[in-house]
Amino acid sequence: MANVKVIVIRTAGTNCDRETAFAFEKAGAKPEFVHINELTRKEKNLDNYHIMAIPGGFTYGDDIASGKILANELKYKIAGAIHKFIKDGKLIIGICNGFQVLVKAGLLPNLKGDGQTVESTLTLNDSDKFEDRWVYLKNVESGCIWTKDIKKIIELPVAHGEGKFIPKDKNILNIMKEKKLVVFEYVDQKGNKAGYPHCPSGSIENIAGICDLTGRIFGLMPHPERHISYYQHPNWTRRYKKESTGDGFAIFENGVSYARRHL
Amino acid sequence: MIWRVEVVEKDGFYDALGANVKHDIDSLGFGGKIKEVRTVQVYLLDGDIDEYNIKKICENLLVDPITQKYNYRGSVLNEKLYKCVEVAYNAGVMDPVEESAKKAIKDLGVCGARALKTAKKYLIKGNISYSQIHQIAEKILYNKVIQHAVKGKSTIQPEGSPYHFTLKHIDILKASDVKLKKLSKEGQLFLSLDEMRTIKNYFKRLRRNPTDCELETIAQTWSEHCKHKTFRGLIEYEGKIIDNLLKNTVMKVTDELNKSWCVSVFKDNSGVIRFDEKNNICFKVETHNHPSALEPYGGAGTGMGGVIRDPLGTGLGAKPIINTNVFCFGYPDYPYNKLPKGTLHPKRIMKGVVSGVRDYGNRMGIPTSNGAVLFDENFVGNPLVFCGNVGIMPKNKCAKAVRPGDLIVVVGGRTGRDGIHGATFSSGELTYESENVSGSAVQIGNPIQEKKVSDTVIQARDLALYTSITDCGAGGLSSAVGEMAENMGAEVYLETIPVKYKGLSYTEVWISEAQERMVLSVDPKKIDKLKAVFEREDVEATVIGTFTNTKKLKLFYDGTQVADIDMKFLHDGLPPVKRKAVWNKPDFKDPPRNIKNDLSPDLCNLLSSLNIASKEWIIRQYDHEVQGGSVLKPLQGPNQGPGDACVTRPVFGSKKGIILGCGINPDFGKIDPYWMAASAIDEALRQIVSVGGDINKTAILDNFCWGNTNKPDRLGGLVRASYACYDIAKAYGVPFISGKDSLNNEYSTGKDTISIPPTLLISAISIMDDTSKAITMDAKVPGNSVYIVGLTFNELGGSQYYKILGGIGNDVPRVDPVNGRKLMNSLFAAINRRLVVSCHDCSDGGMAVALAEMSFAGGLGMNIRLDPYAMPVGQELLLNDVQLFSESNTRFIVEVSDDDKFTKAMKGHSVWKLGEVRKDNTFIIYDFTGKAIIKSDTDELKAAWQQPFKDM
Repeated sequence: MANVKVIVIRTAGTNCDRETAFAFEKAGAKPEFVHINELTRKEKNLDNYHIMAIPGGFTYGDDIASGKILANELKYKIAGAIHKFIKDGKLIIGICNGFQVLVKAGLLPNLKGDGQTVESTLTLNDSDKFEDRWVYLKNVESGCIWTKDIKKIIELPVAHGEGKFIPKDKNILNIMKEKKLVVFEYVDQKGNKAGYPHCPSGSIENIAGICDLTGRIFGLMPHPERHISYYQHPNWTRRYKKESTGDGFAIFENGVSYARRHL
Repeated sequence: MIWRVEVVEKDGFYDALGANVKHDIDSLGFGGKIKEVRTVQVYLLDGDIDEYNIKKICENLLVDPITQKYNYRGSVLNEKLYKCVEVAYNAGVMDPVEESAKKAIKDLGVCGARALKTAKKYLIKGNISYSQIHQIAEKILYNKVIQHAVKGKSTIQPEGSPYHFTLKHIDILKASDVKLKKLSKEGQLFLSLDEMRTIKNYFKRLRRNPTDCELETIAQTWSEHCKHKTFRGLIEYEGKIIDNLLKNTVMKVTDELNKSWCVSVFKDNSGVIRFDEKNNICFKVETHNHPSALEPYGGAGTGMGGVIRDPLGTGLGAKPIINTNVFCFGYPDYPYNKLPKGTLHPKRIMKGVVSGVRDYGNRMGIPTSNGAVLFDENFVGNPLVFCGNVGIMPKNKCAKAVRPGDLIVVVGGRTGRDGIHGATFSSGELTYESENVSGSAVQIGNPIQEKKVSDTVIQARDLALYTSITDCGAGGLSSAVGEMAENMGAEVYLETIPVKYKGLSYTEVWISEAQERMVLSVDPKKIDKLKAVFEREDVEATVIGTFTNTKKLKLFYDGTQVADIDMKFLHDGLPPVKRKAVWNKPDFKDPPRNIKNDLSPDLCNLLSSLNIASKEWIIRQYDHEVQGGSVLKPLQGPNQGPGDACVTRPVFGSKKGIILGCGINPDFGKIDPYWMAASAIDEALRQIVSVGGDINKTAILDNFCWGNTNKPDRLGGLVRASYACYDIAKAYGVPFISGKDSLNNEYSTGKDTISIPPTLLISAISIMDDTSKAITMDAKVPGNSVYIVGLTFNELGGSQYYKILGGIGNDVPRVDPVNGRKLMNSLFAAINRRLVVSCHDCSDGGMAVALAEMSFAGGLGMNIRLDPYAMPVGQELLLNDVQLFSESNTRFIVEVSDDDKFTKAMKGHSVWKLGEVRKDNTFIIYDFTGKAIIKSDTDELKAAWQQPFKDM
């Protein structure tokens, strides 16, 4: 399939929509911005897209809890369309606030498979602070199609105040590990799990990103769309190597190429 | 009924907010007494909601099922073990959560929610009394301007009763001078007697008294904040009369330089310059000092929100892309018992301001990439909060033109009682009574409302659905509509303006400065299309009147005319202000210095001094990478040292970028505002050049913050600073494109007055053709040479070195813009040819601090030998500490890999090799005799730099 169509969902407070769309565009897809109201009012149809991206931002100001209000809109207003989207083998990525939305809507990790039971959460960083900093991420062996064949350790920035991943209980965490749903862990430069500031939020087991059982639904706190170019890296002025793409770009390429091959 | 829901973290889950509050209480001097702080989120929900639905709302919205528990029938925790204090918003203050929470409840399919308010309950365990808890609460948990500690249980105040219209006239025709003065003071109009008389005469001619609304409209329009009476009035200085200081200095530079790339300067809501073939860039910096003094979080947040609306209201609207922030505070360790009556503690102000700016900027999705934070005793009652915003817009969207017959449309937030008298309040002096008298001038912003407005305005702009736009800022609708209609006229139907709650009078609606509103002029044929754009994204757009060609401003309420003023009088009727200015050079003693062999402790003390120390705790709280365009970030190198300027690419896929820098130095202002202003310009330009920018593609903005300029000595300083703006900017060939002044930055305790030091912020914006040529300040390669570019003079006056020694001194750094310009041009050319690996400008703390910062940022040590020739020929040999810590202008430290090529490129300039970058982390400075006068390492230097704010 030639034209991979990406729906980039916007609502009040979405703010990483442009750069997320640009990353998909650079990876060869055709992104389109759609306001959540256009979906809930049935002016736009999810069936017409192959990938859904929920970008970063502060939807509804993070009021009550980050991602919660948009998650409820997905859950209570367009659940049918979303479940069909997933059943059709399509892809979803939630970045930062988008990850919070997927988790709080019950779409991740979705072990139960009903796409609505909340099995984990993302809550206030242990520091009680919003922080923008670059982190090292270990690409854990997982079934996630978005991170297939990417480098073992990559660098991306985080910028969030509520990124501490907490699974509902030990059992959920064990299943997630057993089924290889943990996609990224915060590590130090050498690839070892480490505490603050390497793990900026205090996430359980340093979890930074997870996928569902299909490997097609992916959520992560760090921002891959902020490292698609060589010049976005904080230390590019010291590198003296050939210009290349940033570490985050492969994630978008993987998503687009999967969609192209399978949808 | 009213449901009260309490939500708390389940046992075993970390209460990060509680831990943070405990940390703050400990640092108030209660260390060891507090065992635990827990925080309970309280929601009060008024509506026709039954128990089934309140449970549904709790479980599906208000409570995180993984980490939290709740109770809607009483306390969620057993409170016997704790002492409790509950903090709620005062009646009339907007609760920022209410709007989205009500929407979310509707999303759950539950109707009947009328109002929702939040409160926070703090449960404190420890050896502490209730009276101590109330002290603590007042110091760190709430601000009485907007909040209160609840006695008993929080409740929802009933909405105000409906407003009953009665037209009010103010009797000024018969008023004596004494009465006129009294009217101005009691009505918070801040108008002078002369101005009141002019208004009286105008209405005498009309043979009637003004309505309250007319008088308020004139006061808003004539406020210092809106009219800049001081700068544009008559000033008697040194036997001459200056007619319009601004026009004769700052604006004159721009006129005379006549740069083709200046698109719109000093006209619109921000200054506009050309960016590339398709886009222009605009930039504006504002201050929000007085609101931030009273309510730091709300004041600073709405300062940010206000300045973002400036580019959005420039031309036909620019998309906001970068924020900048500069703050000046009193010392954060200021003794509580010395605090002037009625002021908040500087640490409280600092934390509140930082959070306010953070929450507004981050939620708007605009990177905050550049700024500065400075401290001085004299900012204790009156902090300075500068907020800047850069926007981008297509070239063909830069011109606006209202036409008679266009509809007046207000979009965005609703109007409330918040922010009444902001324009006039900010034009007066702050006093110990301000928090009581002017409380309503303070607001809490709603950044998501503004984000929605900005998203939809840009869509409407691209569909060409309106003819002009401006922001509702100071003076509210009265200023916005008044300005747009200046050359034609307008009719407004005040009852059509959407309000937040009942009970607002027609005058309140008209002058309220409620946030997040823009005013558009719309062709009636396009109104339906326009409304659809806003409606799709849940933004209110309301027609409130029509632009006319009557040359009159006419206001109506329910069919009754409540104002009828000639536009000409409103805009040009202000009597010229004539003020006297004098300037006497003050004399400050140099602090005593011992000649020491080892200056390492002095260097570490400087790195730990507040103006120089790391601001990482602030920088990281600001998202400086959102929108994906960040090329040079505020912290640089593997060890994260302080960068000089930020570089941003605003257009995806293009290497063209924007550089932002800033110059500010209140310490120099104490000695001589002329050289303070000159140094600020030099510093801002140095920052641009340091990262690879070209001063010939650079524009600057001025923000003057001064004391009470009715006092001739204060005004004399302002005149001198303005003269410097002309002399220095003109010689550098750099135009001003926008500016703003904030006068009356004094704090009156009733007996004494504290004035801020004369402070000019210069913000520089530069267009960089190829951002892949940008360089950072961190030392990079062992063996590379280190040079100082520019001359060092015996100029320790106002230096940070003198400040830590407890003095000010007289030898304030000067600027030689003629040589400076040549030097900056050559250095730019060298960087552009990639001959420079790293560059850092010498500013606060002088050469030694610049070297140390480069060294620890790169994690590489340095060998440095002081060069006796790196000073003007013929001058006596400078003492070691002067060489190290003098803050002489136009100097840079550079790291170079090819000495020959670099020195050739810099031929004709003072360029001296100081030493080289080491392999290890040892940092040594030898004097010219070969004696080591500083010996340290990068870890120690960095630790010193991080020490003061590491626990913030």
